[in-house]
Formats: sequence, structure tokens, C-alpha cells
Amino acid sequence: MNTTENNSKKLTGLEYYRLFIKKMVILLVIFSLVPIFMINTVLRHYFLSSYSAKVMEHMTELIQKHKQNIDNFLQERLNNIRALASSYTIEQLTNEDFLLKHLGILQTEYDNAFVDIGVVDKSGKQIAYAGKYKLVSADYKDSTWFNQALKSKYYISDVFLGLRGQPHFIVAVKKQCNNKEYIIRATINFDTFNAMVEKIRIGATGFAFIVNKSGQLQTRNMYNLQTINGSSVLDFLNKIDLEKEEVHAVQHLQYRGKEFIFFIISLKGGQWRLVFQQEQGDAFSELYKARQMGIIILLLGSLGVILIYYLMSRKMIRFIEQSEQQREKMNEQLIESGKLASIGELAAGIAHEINNPVAIMVEEAGWIQDLLKEEDFKESENLQEFTRSLLQIKLQGMRCKDITFKLLSFARKTDPRAVKTQINDLIEEIVKLSKQRAKYSHVEIKTEFEEGLPEMMASPSELQQVFLNLFNNAIDAIGTANDEGLVTIVTKRSGDTVLISFSDNGQGIPKANIARIFDPFFTTKPIGKGTGIGLSICHGIIKKLGGDINVSSEVGIGTTFELSIPLFLESDGGIQTIKEFEERL
Amino acid sequence: MSTSGQITILIVDDETAITELMAARFLTRNFIVFKANNGKDALSQLDANNTIDVVILDVKMPGMNGLETLKLIKERHPLIEVIMLTGYPTVEDAVDSLKLGAFDYLKKVVDFEQLNTMIKLACEKKFKTKNIM
Repeated sequence: MNTTENNSKKLTGLEYYRLFIKKMVILLVIFSLVPIFMINTVLRHYFLSSYSAKVMEHMTELIQKHKQNIDNFLQERLNNIRALASSYTIEQLTNEDFLLKHLGILQTEYDNAFVDIGVVDKSGKQIAYAGKYKLVSADYKDSTWFNQALKSKYYISDVFLGLRGQPHFIVAVKKQCNNKEYIIRATINFDTFNAMVEKIRIGATGFAFIVNKSGQLQTRNMYNLQTINGSSVLDFLNKIDLEKEEVHAVQHLQYRGKEFIFFIISLKGGQWRLVFQQEQGDAFSELYKARQMGIIILLLGSLGVILIYYLMSRKMIRFIEQSEQQREKMNEQLIESGKLASIGELAAGIAHEINNPVAIMVEEAGWIQDLLKEEDFKESENLQEFTRSLLQIKLQGMRCKDITFKLLSFARKTDPRAVKTQINDLIEEIVKLSKQRAKYSHVEIKTEFEEGLPEMMASPSELQQVFLNLFNNAIDAIGTANDEGLVTIVTKRSGDTVLISFSDNGQGIPKANIARIFDPFFTTKPIGKGTGIGLSICHGIIKKLGGDINVSSEVGIGTTFELSIPLFLESDGGIQTIKEFEERL
Repeated sequence: MSTSGQITILIVDDETAITELMAARFLTRNFIVFKANNGKDALSQLDANNTIDVVILDVKMPGMNGLETLKLIKERHPLIEVIMLTGYPTVEDAVDSLKLGAFDYLKKVVDFEQLNTMIKLACEKKFKTKNIM
């Protein structure tokens, strides 16, 4: 035999069910949670991807709008200078009062976007200037912006410190006059420009900045930009290839111990880059909140499912335990009743076989007793001892008889089948049967039967058992208590019920015992005289018939047992009326 | 009853020891005693002897049982009183016995003096009935 078989054999019924339920609960939990997790994962995936696409789209639109604003600003400022250059002669433009006047107009019109205006000749010398710095005759021949401006019709420089030592940038327009080239230049207010970029704020951590082609900041370093993977964040951003006009997004970039998202778009015809940076968690905060909520709901739901299954399994185990206990109890009862039946059969056999030999023994003893009375033995020295011994044999023989009789009552089977029964006749038979015993005990029997009681459906042998028991109890109760013993048996009809009473004028039952007299094995008779099951059986039989049994008693006066048995029966067709019942009978 | 006023009884039991002993004991009490070991023998003795007053009849017997014998006795000799005696008493048998006309139904082991009294009572009843008739 293998180990598995051994193990399964060792399991008792309850342990088997416990294991079975445990396995079932685990399977149920798995089969319930797997679909929930799968649905949640799929939904989460679709929700996250669609929501993040939406966020990205929104951000892209926003960045494009800002890029447009900045580009427009630069273009407009350039157009302002272009209009100035083309509208006026070089003589007018080199007139400082004229320049000052137009600077004032531009500053008023464009919210101080212009700091100063100057005219520079081809040699790099500023020949006219209007503004707050003393830059008349300043030499720009070595300046990058000047050299770049000479190469094209107009030019917007990067941010640089220049002669004034302040960050600024220049818009320049080339003007030809009398075969000479002049550069009309204006300085753009850096603060105004910077404020345009700085106001691009989204969420708690989102901000924007501008870098040039070489990766140098063109706005203030407000946010302490650091390095990514050892190189400057600006270098990193600069290395990214950009398609013209398109927003490039970099997600989940690890930087300063956090994840960041970057949006990059080219500005100023590809010379600058507008960069927007935001913490990933901040950019997708609503999404992450929804995701967390989803996880919490999922976990709580799973916990709920597990808890319900756990409670259900406990309840099932308890139910099975109870059923198992009931089953065991029933098995025990079955075994017990089987034993009782076997004992009953054995007892009947023994009683029957034993009574004859005991009778012979007792008769033999009686015979010897008779013989001892004759003359020859009267002289015997041991006569008294013989007599005592014989008396003892007779006494013990009678005791054997009592025991076998009890065994027989124990084994006796009554026929429980209900047939048409006339109560008066049944009691009459019992009275006849017990007449001699009553006479022997000096008890008179009085009967008051109501004439014409209808027959009823009942088991005669069961009812006989009840009546005989009550009758014998009455005679026993009188015993020696009353020399003029009287047992009165009355039957009468009361509506749809037959009332039967057995009254005696015996010793009565003490109040303390009345409540217990129908309890099995309760007896007040001396040991060996009563089993205590007679009244309990009577109670059971009468209750089975739908009736009732009541007792009233007074010590020293007597006892009355009153039975009420209904005349009608409950059949498949419902309760029949008395008339129908009587007709049927 | 015999001419001498003695009560005549017939003891019927398949156990010879019982019939012998009872017979011996009743003889000492001035009864006239006849014995039979089965119902058939009992009936033939009753048919042959009309002095028998009381029959003491065992219920469980091989062949014809006590109740069948009782029925036949009462059919043929209604005046004779029968006391049933059994080692296996049941209410049904007792009721049936009384219905068939038995004087009483007693359980073995019976007290000899009680049986003695019972026979006398049965005998009295027999004579009362006879006188009425």
C-alpha cells in the first residue's frame, strides 16, 4: 500500500471535509480573483494608455501654443525694426533725436520690449544710439552678432552679456543706402522675454526654458538645472534630434532622483529650443490617483472575496460538523437500538426457556416443604433450617420470575397499525384481565362508560398497553394505603374528543414528583418493582395519536389520569369532519 | 367435583416435571388430580371424565397450543373453568384467553397458594354458573 492511500485512510470524515472545503475555498478564491485581476489589468492598461495619450496631446498643444507665442514675439520685434529701417532714410535714422523718439514710441507700444536702438556702420562702429547705456561709438566689429547680421538681411542673436555686462539679445536689420551697408539694431528687454517663458507653468513642478543650438540657456536658470547621467541636462536635450515644428516628448527620464517628462520644440527657425520639464508624477497625478484608487478597490474587493469565502467555509465546516455529530449520534442510536433489539430477542428467548425450569425448581421446593410437614420430619433437628432454605429457594424463584417478566416486557413488540377501535371494549378487556389481580389486592373496579362512543383509528395493542399500565399503576398506588381500594374508569365524549380517566383512592403523588412522572426512567417504586418507562411510553403513545395525558393528584386522597384523544384523523385529504369520519368508519 | 366434595383438577403442561410435582402437591391438599402433557390428551381425558372442575392449562405447548385447547374445551365443556398458566405472558394472549372464556391468566412461576386460591375461586364460579343454569 502506498503512502497516499495510508494518508487518505488516516483522515476521518470531518478532517476529509475540512481538507475538501479548504481546497474548494482556495479554488474559488483563485477562480474569483483571477478574472477580477485580469479585467482590472486590461481596463487599467486601456485607461492608462488612453488617459496618458490625452495628457500628452494636451501638453503638446500647450507647448505648441507657447512656441507660437514666443516665435511671434521675436518675429514682431524683428518686424518693428524692419519697418523702421525700411521707412526712414539713414540720415533720419542716424539722427539721435529721431531714434530716441521712435524708441519711445516702440517702448510705449510694446510694453518696454525694446531697451535701446542703434545704427552701426559696416566697420562695426555704432554711429547713432538711443537708449539708457552710453554706447555711442561702441565698436562691434568683433562681435558675433554683428558679423552674423552682416551675412543676412536680418538677424536675431542668442542671449549674451556684451559690452553692458547684462544678458540681452539683439534683433538686427541690414539697410543699404548709397552703396553703404548699415545695421539697424535693437536690444530686446531680456526681462520681458524671460517673463514670457517663465509664465509657462503647469502643475506644481512644470516649467519651461530655452536653450540655443550649443546647449546654452537663453532664459534664466531659475530651477537649478543639473546633470543627467553625468552630462548637463542641456547637453542631453541638445543632442535630441528634432523634426521641424514637431513636439518631441521624453518620458520617465530619471533625473534628480525622480522621474521627469520633457517636451522639446524648436524655436526661432531651429536656432533655439523651447523645453518644458515636469515631474512625471505631477504631470500624470490624476492618472496615478485613479490607478491607486483602482488598486485599493481591487485589494479591498479581493480581501472581501477572501473574507466571504473564509466565513462561508467556516459556516460550512460548522454545518458539516453538526451534521457529522448528528450522524454519529444517529449511528450510536442505531447501534444502541440494534443492540436493544438483539437483547430483546435474547431476553424473550431466555425468559421463555428459563420460566419453566424455575417453575419446576420452585415447585420442587414447595413439594419438599409439603413433605416436611409430615410426621417423620417433625423430629428432625434441622427442620427449621430446611424450612428457611426452601423458603429462600421459593423467594429467589419468584425473583427470577420478576426478572424474566421484565425482560419480556422489554422485548415485547406491540403492533402499531391503526385499526377501527372501540375504546369501551378495549378498557372492558383490560378490566377483565386485571379483575383477579384487583380482587387479590382488595380493589374494587368501577366503570362509567358513555354509550355509543364512536370507533376511532388507533393501534389496539398500543392503547391496551396504555390502559393496562394506568390500571396497574392505580392498583399499585392503592397497595396497602387503603383497605377499601377503588379504581374508577370513566369514558365520555366531549365534542371531537374522547376523554378517559383512571382514578384511584391510593396514596397520591407528591407535588414535587408530578412534573417528572412522564420522564423516562423516573420511578418512585422500590428497586426491582418499576422501570420508570411505563408512563413515558403511555405519554408517547397518546401524543402520537394527537391526544394529551394529564394528571391530578393529592397525597392521601388519590390520583386521576385523564386522557383526551381526538376522534378525527389528519389524512392526505386534510382533516376530516367528525361526521365524515364516523361515516367512513 | 367428586361425590366426596373434593375438587377435581386437570393439569396440562408439556413439562412432565411440572405436571408431576403439581399433581403431588395438590394431592396433599386433598385435590383429585389428573395430568396431561398435551392438548389432545387433555381433551380426551375431559371427554372421558365429567368430574373435572378446573383445568390448569399451559399456553405454549407443542402441537395444539393452550389457546386452541382452551377454545375446544369451552366449546365442548362450557362449565369447566380454565386457568391459563404461561412462562411467556403477553397482553394479547391474556386478552384472547379471557375472550375465549378463561377464568384467569397467570404467569409462571406461580405462587402455589395463589394458584390454590384461584382454583377455589374458579370452582365457586363453576358451581354458581351451574346452579343458575
